[in-house]
This record gives sequence, C-alpha cells and structure tokens, in this order.
Amino acid sequence: MRAPAFWLCIVAVGLAFVVLTRSFVANEYFYFAGYVVLQYIVLSEAWNILGGYTGYTNFGTGAFFAMGAYSSVVLHKLPAVLHSAYGWTAISIPLPVMILVGGVVSGVVGLGTGYLSLRLRGIFFAIATLALAIVVQTLITNWDFVGGSRGIYIIRPALAPISGTYIQYLFTLMTVLAVGSVGIARSIERSRLGLGFASIRDDELAAEASGVPTLRLKLIATTLSGALMGMAGAPLPYYVTYLDPTSSFNLAYAVNAVAMPVIGGMTSWVGPVIGAILLGTIQQVATVTISSALNLLIVGLLLIFFVIIAPNGLIGLVQSWRRPKEA
Amino acid sequence: MAEADGDVLLEVKGLGKRFGGFVALEGIDLTIATGERLGLIGPNGSGKSTLVNCLCGTLRNETGTVTFAGKPLNGLIAHERTHLGLARSFQLPKPFHSMSLVDNLRIPLLYTVNARPHHHLTDAAIAERCATLLKDVGLADKARRRPRDLTQVEMRKLELARAVATEPTLLFADEAMAGLSHSEIEEILAVLLRLNEQGITIVLIEHIMSAVMSFSTRLVVLVAGHKIADGPPQEAIRNPEVERAYLGE
Repeated sequence: MRAPAFWLCIVAVGLAFVVLTRSFVANEYFYFAGYVVLQYIVLSEAWNILGGYTGYTNFGTGAFFAMGAYSSVVLHKLPAVLHSAYGWTAISIPLPVMILVGGVVSGVVGLGTGYLSLRLRGIFFAIATLALAIVVQTLITNWDFVGGSRGIYIIRPALAPISGTYIQYLFTLMTVLAVGSVGIARSIERSRLGLGFASIRDDELAAEASGVPTLRLKLIATTLSGALMGMAGAPLPYYVTYLDPTSSFNLAYAVNAVAMPVIGGMTSWVGPVIGAILLGTIQQVATVTISSALNLLIVGLLLIFFVIIAPNGLIGLVQSWRRPKEA
Repeated sequence: MAEADGDVLLEVKGLGKRFGGFVALEGIDLTIATGERLGLIGPNGSGKSTLVNCLCGTLRNETGTVTFAGKPLNGLIAHERTHLGLARSFQLPKPFHSMSLVDNLRIPLLYTVNARPHHHLTDAAIAERCATLLKDVGLADKARRRPRDLTQVEMRKLELARAVATEPTLLFADEAMAGLSHSEIEEILAVLLRLNEQGITIVLIEHIMSAVMSFSTRLVVLVAGHKIADGPPQEAIRNPEVERAYLGE
C-alpha cells in the first residue's frame, strides 16, 4: 500500500475508533485505561524509530516523556505568572499547542543526544541515555517553578474543548498522536530514510562506505524519536492531575518503551503497535484485577521469554512460520 | 620509485597515522593514475588496511595530504569521499544482513548516485541497475535472498557489487579473495578485470601473490608503515628490501 493510501486508511481507522468508543462506551475507566495503551503505542513507535530501525538503544524514554509533561506544566503556569508580573491577559494555552511545544523541547534534546552517537555506540550509547534521564530528573527535582521534588497539582479545565468529558478529550488527542506516530513510523520504514536507518543498524561502516550520511540520519532519528516521546508526555499533567519527578520519570516508561517493540517485533511499524496493545492491555487488566505492582513483573517475564524464544518478536515468529510455506 | 603514468587520479603526500604510540603509517607518498591496476601488498600489520581506511575516510590521518581528481580530501568524511567516486570493499564482508541483495545495492544507488548533482535515478532505473549489477557478478538468481544465504565467494561478489553500485572512479578491493579456493579467486579476478576494463581504477590489497601478480600493472609494497617498493610487479618483488620483509634476513 502506498503512503498516502496508508495514511488515509489509518486516519479512517482512528476516526472510526474514536466515534465508536464515544458512541458505545460510557464507562470513564475505559478512557483512562485506553489513554495509557494509546500513549504506549506512541512511546514504543517513537522508541522503535531509533532503537529498532537505527539500532541505537535508548534507555532515556522517561526523560523525553517527562520533558514533554513538564513543558506543559510550564505553559500551564506561565500565563498566570505573566499576568501577575506584567499584567498581561491570562489566556490558557490549548493542549494541542502544549503537545507541539513538548515535541519541540524533547526533539531538541533528542538532537543533542544524537551527537552523542558520534563517539558512543552500542551499550555505551544506551548508558549515556540512561545518564541523561538521571540528569534531567535531577534538574526537574530542583526546579521550584514546576513543583520541584514535592510535585505540582494541575487542575483540569472543567470543560473539554470538544463534546464529552475531559478524559474523553485526552483519549481523542492520544488517538491522534498514536495514529500520527504509526503513520510516521510506517512512512519511514518504506522510504529511502528507512533504508538508510536499516543500513546503519546493520553496519555503520558499510553504510558510510555506501554513501549514507550516517550522522545526519542518526540526528533525524533521535530528534524524531525524542519529539514523539515528548508529545506523548505533554498531556500527562492533565491526565494524572498531580505530577512529580518520581512518577513522571518512572522506570516503567523506559522499560515498557523497550519491551513493547521487542515483544511485538522491532523491524516493522506493526511490532510496537502489537506490543503496546498486548502489554498495555495486560498491564491495565492486572492493575484492576491483581495489583499495579505486578506490571513490571509481567513485563520482565514476557521480555525474558521473548528474548530467549522469539528474539525477533511476534512479527518474527509469524514470519518464520510463513517462510517454510512460501518456500 | 616508480610514478604513475597518465592522468593522476589520487595523490598522497607524506601521509602518517599513529595509534597512540604505535606508528601505523609514516611518510607515505603515492600516486595512482586513472585506469591503473595497482597491487598493494605487505606482511600482516604493515599498514595496508590502515592506508585504505585513511584514504576512504574511515580513519583520519594525522599528517599528509590526499588529493583525489584534483580535489583535496582532507577533512572529508567517508560518505563524502564515496560521493566523490572513491569506493571500497571490506576485508571481512560487511553486507546489510537484514536486507535482500537488491536492497543492499539500492542503498549506494539512493545515497551516492542520486546524491550527485544532475543525477536522479527513478525507482525503475534503480531496479534495472540493481539487476544489471547482480547479473554482472553472477548473483542475479539470488536477488531477493538475504546475505546469510550466500556462500563466501558470493558474499565477496556482493561486497564488490555494492562498491561498484556507487559508480566509483577508484575502487579499493581489500583482500577480496581471502579464504577463497583457486577457482573462486579466478572468478573474483575476472570480475575485477572486467570492472577495470569498464574504466574503474582498482587498487587490489591482497596476500595471494599469484592473484596480485597476474592482476596488477604496478605494485606498491608496505612494510611496518613505510613504503619500501613501488614499480612494475616483477621489479618490485625482486627488490632486496621486499625479499627481506617477506623471507627474512
């Protein structure tokens, strides 16, 4: 399927999904749980652009995600601060604008992270991204304007800009982001850029020798991946209504963002979607039926299982079953 | 020392490279003429691959200048040198494992040939070019296969085809025949000779002397990071310094 047709298709699917859920699902919990699963689709597609397509493992998902969330906190507080300081009219900034700003902030940090790849590869790059998460968390913890270590309460607007409740609005926005991230991932995969990313993953020296500008492509991957993670994090303050560094930089974001593409399959845009829906849903079900503390245990066990039994994820399993039949 | 006849394609002056305290190359002067078939030999650790890495931009030389087709190469990174027409194959084949053979060749066509001014190959032209390249090295029937399905000699051919796909004027074939049988060496030699007939200048870095001697029109010998001989093959291997380096005192 060509790119424009695919985009039309997923936009139609996203639209139908929102319309059908809004028409037939009244239970608010569905939207709370669905939001998290959709958020993980964005995060895992974003992670996969760098980790799956280009082969650079990022353990700093939490940092990019939280930077998006905290940029929303800044934009949420800024109009009131400017009003009291300079008497400017206090207008509330719309959430879609916050999402874009969150994307830009995390994208710029992603660009900086890309330059690390000049000297760091493999496990060393992964450790550097983990260090980045710790540095950013320390900065946020010591930044009073955004609540510092005590955290900050964000009051959701009483009314959603579109019909329905505010959580339904957040759910709709996250659906748009999920559709966008899937579309971007798939477009990259089938493009010249995707082929260049894959050449870097397979062998960076050979890619350079074939004329691939590897640094430029890695910068594109880190920027895009970081931006999507930041966009996924931007609505978080309005979802949780209380944001603190411990929860926003939670290890679960980094672990899930790695585990979901690994379980689904990293070489295709489908893998992260399958991984996010599967793992995200299991986690949500486990949270309400057993315990939220069980989430990471489930992820850990599934990760061990897939790394040993199916290192190419579910997509790889299906392909290996189909291959003998094709031959 | 012999000089390259004809138009100078590559000129190296005083090239030096160190790894910490170890001098890998020192004061290398070399000229390569357009259309030449140059053999580059030397014992293990003599600096052959380091020289190729410096010339292709994989490593940075600390001293010396390199000029290619009249353009200085110093400061240019590997892919920029590839865009100018310098290509290489690797000592250990480095295919793109996750891709089909066709996609292995699409990469240089998309990123090198299409990156050159006034070049834009359409998808159909790229597909046609890939098919021709694979046919030229005898891999046409494996176009959709992955590199893991190839034999050692086929892997070497793919490596050469990928380098040739960049449409180079100068190709460094780094031990393209290592580990191959006699008949397989003949196959690779035939491919290299055909490429040279098509106008590609070739530098063959090789340990297999029979192959080097039959292929090269000029021989350069490196020992311990220094050039000790440069001239017609028969003359170069009779050089007392070369005999000492290979056979001992």
